Amino acid sequence: MTLSTLTRPWAAISWGFLDASAKREMRRKMIKAIAVPGCQMPYASREVPMARGWGTGGLQVTLTLLRTDSVVKVIDQGADDSVNAASIRRFLSRVSAAAETWDTLEATLIQSRHRVPEERLREDQVLVLQVPNPEPLRPVQPNMSIARQMHADADYGRLWLVLYEQMVRSGRIMQGAAYPALVNGRHVMTPSPIPRWDVPKLHMARHLTFLSAGREKRLYAVPPFTRVEPLVFSDVPYKVEDHADLVCHRSGLRGVFMNEIPQDGGGSAFEASDSHLGIKAIRRAEGAATTIGPMWYEEGRFRP
Amino acid sequence: MTMMDRLPPTLVAGAPLLRMTGVSRRFGRVTALEDVAATVWPGEVLGIVGESGSGKSTLLRMMNLEDSPDAGDYRLALPDTAGNLFDLDRFARRQLCARRIGIVYQNPHLGLLMGHSSSGNVAERLLMAGERSFAALRARARGALEASEFPLTRMDDPPKLLSGGMQQRVQLAKAIALEPALLLLDEPTTGLDVSVQALVLDTLKRLQRDLAITMVIVSHDLGVIRTMADRVMVMRHGRVVEEGLVDQVFQDPQHPYTQELVHAKL
Repeated sequence: MTLSTLTRPWAAISWGFLDASAKREMRRKMIKAIAVPGCQMPYASREVPMARGWGTGGLQVTLTLLRTDSVVKVIDQGADDSVNAASIRRFLSRVSAAAETWDTLEATLIQSRHRVPEERLREDQVLVLQVPNPEPLRPVQPNMSIARQMHADADYGRLWLVLYEQMVRSGRIMQGAAYPALVNGRHVMTPSPIPRWDVPKLHMARHLTFLSAGREKRLYAVPPFTRVEPLVFSDVPYKVEDHADLVCHRSGLRGVFMNEIPQDGGGSAFEASDSHLGIKAIRRAEGAATTIGPMWYEEGRFRP
Repeated sequence: MTMMDRLPPTLVAGAPLLRMTGVSRRFGRVTALEDVAATVWPGEVLGIVGESGSGKSTLLRMMNLEDSPDAGDYRLALPDTAGNLFDLDRFARRQLCARRIGIVYQNPHLGLLMGHSSSGNVAERLLMAGERSFAALRARARGALEASEFPLTRMDDPPKLLSGGMQQRVQLAKAIALEPALLLLDEPTTGLDVSVQALVLDTLKRLQRDLAITMVIVSHDLGVIRTMADRVMVMRHGRVVEEGLVDQVFQDPQHPYTQELVHAKL
């Protein structure tokens, strides 16, 4: 027996870009992450043809999850057409022949930066969130070794302390994005910088969510039907952004998360952040046959 | 009000609150504690004196379960604890310390989050014990700061902007916020000027009277021990060389080292 009979013939590039050992490392850590929801798993983060901080963590998870029948959607702050989203999507399909889509309903694999789609995700879909800073304790404990001990002790009092001081200083919770949430009653995670609007979408969701930080080399997961509870005081309820009554100036959508666009006159116009949902709404208004799936928010209120 | 009304003479009876026996601790070749025993009865103030490096602070760290000895037994007579506390795991230790033991360090940087607000520092202790209502946190933090005579107009300033005396008061408020069974004071007034020192000691004395709190106070300042403590333990080279009532030990020291110490003071 020779080595060549045990190994595959040399090829210029692996299917799905990552080599077999890199994928095995990812799979092992992803399974671990699912087994302990919300717990950060360190992993050997590989080089991908993209700068650290541009979604390399999410990209490695997506590359590992790719199958020949995958349909990928990539979102950048809700938009499918930004340079970053378009480039990642094209890269994914080029290295694996997976189909590309903009439509949340068609996608099986969704890589996202900073948003969760407005249409409900299903059991057969996987959401991969790019995470810049996976450590919720970093603002209160700069020493990462001690932060890990605090995770082990479930010592999260200081995160409430931050909220306490926001209440004292401003009279309300000021934490906008990356609102810390308790997963499965045990680990506090930062749900990547998604707005407060999107955090309830992860609670008891039907889909699997991976959160991966390539530069920090940590990934964690929210398996389907897992509790994700934002940290709140018992007498100060959790509030999402006040976007329920805003109307998208292009599509006429109402009750979705909006981007604020400053106008010349000093006012602002609002535009649906989930760009393809806006496109579908415009098409429907023009009489084309489009399907808008069931939404997480109905009339501006979250439907569990 | 006469002195007698405020301090009724009471006989110490019943079981001791804290009982520590046979505690030894070595750091490499240095012996910090050698077969130390300590007993504190409920409502009593135990003073520990000794020169630098005599093991006072190590002993206090043991009492706060921050460190484990090489050998020894430590028991607190509290309803929810049993057995040798040194055998507890990390999690149980933290819970016990947060709920039952308060500590004031000499260096406020050890006990306080300097960048967070003073009331937040007190609230953190309550959060650790599971308080999750904002209104209750606010009210209890204010109550504890008031009890330690901290000026409430500054309750939301971070300790790094406060004077040394006020920082010690924040530490004290944090320590008493959960009405602990045991309050440990590690050189609480060292580094404060004499007038502030007197004010902080006044507060401590009043708290001790009002709450009948059990205290262990470590100091190298015999004046502090004389003011605060009922009983005193003299330590040297990691051993207890003399123990007894404060007046007895300071008026009639038996051990040569204690004699030196008392005379050095004068």
